Amino acid sequence: MKVLVPVKRVIDYNVKVRVRADGSGVDLANVKMSMNPFDEIAVEEAIRLKEAGKADEVIAVSVGVKQAQETLRTALAMGADRAILVIAADDVHTDTEPLAVAKILAGIVQAEQPGLVICGKQAIDNDMNATGQMLAALLGWSQGTFASGLDIEGDSALVTREVDGGLQTIRVAMPSIVTVDLRLNEPRYASLPNIMKAKRKPLEEKTAADYGVDVTPRLEIVSTTEPEARAAGIIVGSVDELVGKLKEAGAV
Amino acid sequence: MRFGLTEEQEMIVTTVRRFVETEIYPHEEQVERTGEVPAEIAGAIRAKTLELGFYACNFPESVGGAGLGHVDFALVERELGRGSMALTHFFGRPQNILMACRDDQTERYLLPAVRGEKMDALAMTEPEAGSDVRAMKCSAVRDGGDWVLNGVKHFISGADHADFFIVFVATGEDQTPRGPKKRITTFLVDRGTPGFAVRDGYRSVSHRGYRNMILEFDECRLPDGQVLGEVDGGFAVMNEWLYATRITVAAMSVGRARRCFDHALGYAAERKQFGQKIGKFQGVSFQLADMITEIDAADLLTLMAAWRLDQGLPANREIAGAKLYATEMLARVTDATLQIHGGMGLMSDLPIERFWRDARVERIWDGTSEIQRHIISRELLRPLGA
Repeated sequence: MKVLVPVKRVIDYNVKVRVRADGSGVDLANVKMSMNPFDEIAVEEAIRLKEAGKADEVIAVSVGVKQAQETLRTALAMGADRAILVIAADDVHTDTEPLAVAKILAGIVQAEQPGLVICGKQAIDNDMNATGQMLAALLGWSQGTFASGLDIEGDSALVTREVDGGLQTIRVAMPSIVTVDLRLNEPRYASLPNIMKAKRKPLEEKTAADYGVDVTPRLEIVSTTEPEARAAGIIVGSVDELVGKLKEAGAV
Repeated sequence: MRFGLTEEQEMIVTTVRRFVETEIYPHEEQVERTGEVPAEIAGAIRAKTLELGFYACNFPESVGGAGLGHVDFALVERELGRGSMALTHFFGRPQNILMACRDDQTERYLLPAVRGEKMDALAMTEPEAGSDVRAMKCSAVRDGGDWVLNGVKHFISGADHADFFIVFVATGEDQTPRGPKKRITTFLVDRGTPGFAVRDGYRSVSHRGYRNMILEFDECRLPDGQVLGEVDGGFAVMNEWLYATRITVAAMSVGRARRCFDHALGYAAERKQFGQKIGKFQGVSFQLADMITEIDAADLLTLMAAWRLDQGLPANREIAGAKLYATEMLARVTDATLQIHGGMGLMSDLPIERFWRDARVERIWDGTSEIQRHIISRELLRPLGA
């Protein structure tokens, strides 16, 4: 079974983001970019399936700017077998929208015929949480979202989902789309031998046009604003004072 | 001219930095407080490093290492330099000098060191032989077919965890026009060899938990098979393998300076005095400008020296320059960071005072700043006959 893992190049989670002067989004020029952390979990899960003998090949795919090649190299260094880069934008500030990404991924699925697609539940940049679901709809496949557990059992899979107040386990028919949550696994570091091997693994370059997908944005970003700065706190001298202040604020 | 790193080098940097941040930082406070690295933490760091294929990455692939070049390895050391040396010691990088192993020494020392089964320590310094290596008193004399060692080594880093020791001792003296000159031989000495003892060293202000030890040799008898390299060939072994360790000190200084700088920058951007962020005061902001400029300069000097080694170009002066500049830069950067933090910088609640203390030894070990200046100026003047 082939496993397809879409990965997105996003602003590194450690970077303190800054809104661009024109409010069109976050400044991405000259900041550290990394693989979306949820996608790292997806890559890890795919590699574990291969190590467990449940998958034969792990294919990482990224849709975006040319620099997403670095993100794919990271996936290859973690242990993916090969990679496909679909160039859909020239400017690092252009975010390809979920529907366009899902359509391109659907094209790749047609060509590669994977038995499973594992994606991060969402990207940490725009938090859309849509691509996996859209891909399932486009393909007419089953989907298991927010997975914190995944077991492949022949032609179906058990997906444990994190829902409010507990866990829900569902059985989905294969082929399937699984979007993964934070607690599914802990992604590995790229090992030194795999880092050295990553360069020699195949990385195929495509364009959105190769899949006949129009990537023109359908959404208009009206404005982007920084969160309101938190007001400074105060230090209280005693429990009585604390209770008094809380009462004043109407909190108790 | 190309200043960029390759994709592989970028990934090496990312991986090692992440390793240091997640596997080293969380234990630093405990090591600082106790002056010890608990065995289970040391074992976990070693096991994870082995699993990642980074253990002994400075060794060639032919003996089971990763075969990293000098630039690659300097990048590894630079990122490791961010973390506590007591802990990163277990991200094993055995002494390259072990490549001089021959015959059964390969099976007994080189390969177990590369596989992480045995740890090594290098012993050169003596109470009366610091920068002046040839003043060493530790000696070995022939007795039957064996060698008998006597003397004391001190400041031996890593000796508390070492299974065997690479020891430099005097094995004779030549009369030269400039006076008598010691001949030096390198020996491999197992822990537990009769007549050899490892004792606690001194309490150092720098690198708590990365202990220095005292080695005592009292009629310690070793067979010929324990000689590393040629008899009386100690200087040749040193010159062939030890020059690059100075790049390690330079690279680690750069890594630690960058970590320290992030604290300075963050504090300058947050801390308010006189109604504004202290970074608004030129007295602070200009210090930040000088700090980052010096860090970048030291980084480039270090990588350039490593690059020269990879190219097979002469690098002695460049390595000395990188070691000299990077360690003195680290002193200035840690001191300025502490100053920017004010009184809080001196408190052990923040790691700043530790960076400041740890920085002090870097200008002393692996050749003092004065020795580096001597090497640099000698390289310049000697061709002119001065």
